[in-house]
Amino acid sequence: MAPILELQGVKAFYGQSEVLHGIDVAVEEGGMTVLLGANGAGKTTTLRAICGMVRTEGEIRLAGEGLRRRTTEQIAALGVAHVPEGRGTFIGLTVEENLRLGSYTLKARPEAGMERMYGYFPILAERRRQQAGALSGGEQQMLAIARALMMEPRLLVLDEPSFGLAPRIVEFIFTIVDRIRREERVSVLLVEQNASLALELADHAYLIETGYVVTSGSAKALADDPQIRRSYLGY
Amino acid sequence: MHQFLQQLFSGLAAGAIYASLALALVMIYRATELVNFAQGEMAMFSTYIAWTLVNAGLPFWAAFVITLVVSFLGGVAIERVLIRPVENAPVLAAVVVTIGLGLIFNSLAGWIYTYTLQDFPSPFPDRPLLGALITSQDLGVIAVTLVMLLLLFTFFRFTKTGLAMRAAAQNPHSARLCGIPVGRMLAIGWGLAATIGATAGIMVAPVLFLDPNMMGGVLLYAFAGALLGGISSPIGALVGGLIVGVTENLVGTYLIPTQLKLTVALVLIILVLVLKPNGLFGTAVVRRV
Repeated sequence: MAPILELQGVKAFYGQSEVLHGIDVAVEEGGMTVLLGANGAGKTTTLRAICGMVRTEGEIRLAGEGLRRRTTEQIAALGVAHVPEGRGTFIGLTVEENLRLGSYTLKARPEAGMERMYGYFPILAERRRQQAGALSGGEQQMLAIARALMMEPRLLVLDEPSFGLAPRIVEFIFTIVDRIRREERVSVLLVEQNASLALELADHAYLIETGYVVTSGSAKALADDPQIRRSYLGY
Repeated sequence: MHQFLQQLFSGLAAGAIYASLALALVMIYRATELVNFAQGEMAMFSTYIAWTLVNAGLPFWAAFVITLVVSFLGGVAIERVLIRPVENAPVLAAVVVTIGLGLIFNSLAGWIYTYTLQDFPSPFPDRPLLGALITSQDLGVIAVTLVMLLLLFTFFRFTKTGLAMRAAAQNPHSARLCGIPVGRMLAIGWGLAATIGATAGIMVAPVLFLDPNMMGGVLLYAFAGALLGGISSPIGALVGGLIVGVTENLVGTYLIPTQLKLTVALVLIILVLVLKPNGLFGTAVVRRV
């Protein structure tokens, strides 16, 4: 299968300092790819580079189309839905308004999409009139993912969806994301600290350290790699 | 009692104007955390545009609508040309830009129209109503303000663009990730603020007479209203503006000479800042570091 997303020799900069030193990453159409690595390795920066939120060099293509010279809002309109670190929900707006905003780039009315999301996340249907800020952390993460899916994206980008959540909730969210990936035919690029869970669901994985891709391959191969097991899986 | 009610109603009419201008301030503050010190002078200039159109022979309400459209476009242009370049600059830079903008409008109006007081026509007949409790001018001002507020509320609450503007004001990064053009939303916000200001200017001009310094005092009352309501709350701006209008009228009637009325605004501003810095409806800003 052809990759939906391709990064070739991508460098990224914060001000003058280079934090990604020419990385190659690909996400297969319909697949789930995970980026692993320690804090500060450049995983979040990679996601920001895709969405045009940092200065970059190199090639970034979505289904063959160059993303680098586009603004964040144009990239979103092309079908990249990014759930950022810290979820990025609009806490002063209601659950329903958050979902409506997710469909901003679509011509169609949002109601059908909202019902589909309430099907995946029934708790959001119960809370649809509540302010997003009143939701628990797990519910906010679900809302953020649902909001991203409302734009009917081709690529879903998730930055540490497990952050700060109880293991049971994390498992629920990952199971749903896996189901959504198949049912909505959306490709997923995931940054995750919970390496064992991520490698279980993903088909491809990249290990990033200090701005370089140091290892990549099938998720299974990485899960069996003794060095990765020691550093990231802890067994 | 009669005098009290009279003053109460005319205070509400004045308060409606302060509330409008306060709302314009709050809208821009919420979107950019910037206090637009040029808001009053922008409104004054809009009012001169309306005056020019009326003098050219247009019916009042036609001139009113054209002025609102022109003000909207002017507000958009100001955001695009003057505010956008300082978007990422320290907030003081942007504040200085708005102060400069206010001075420019003031001088421009003085240059074009001179500093002479001009009569501004009122669209409402000069007739006392309800046994002289309220003039039709005051009632008209209150009605126009209410209609404008209702339209704004409908826009922000029920339209896609209105929702996108609220989102862009609240969390610009996330809004961009949703595909919302945040820059365009800010420009629309400035346009709307200019339109609200224009309405306030046109409504107050028949009472104050038109001159380039007309809005100075009004802006001060509007600031007091916005602060009293909590600078980031639209509802607060309305309630605050009305309270300021009524207080100003009652205090001016019963306690102090009219010449000292403007002091009420300053005293209110100081009291709010000292006793309740978040205002009546504002929320404390908590920044996690």
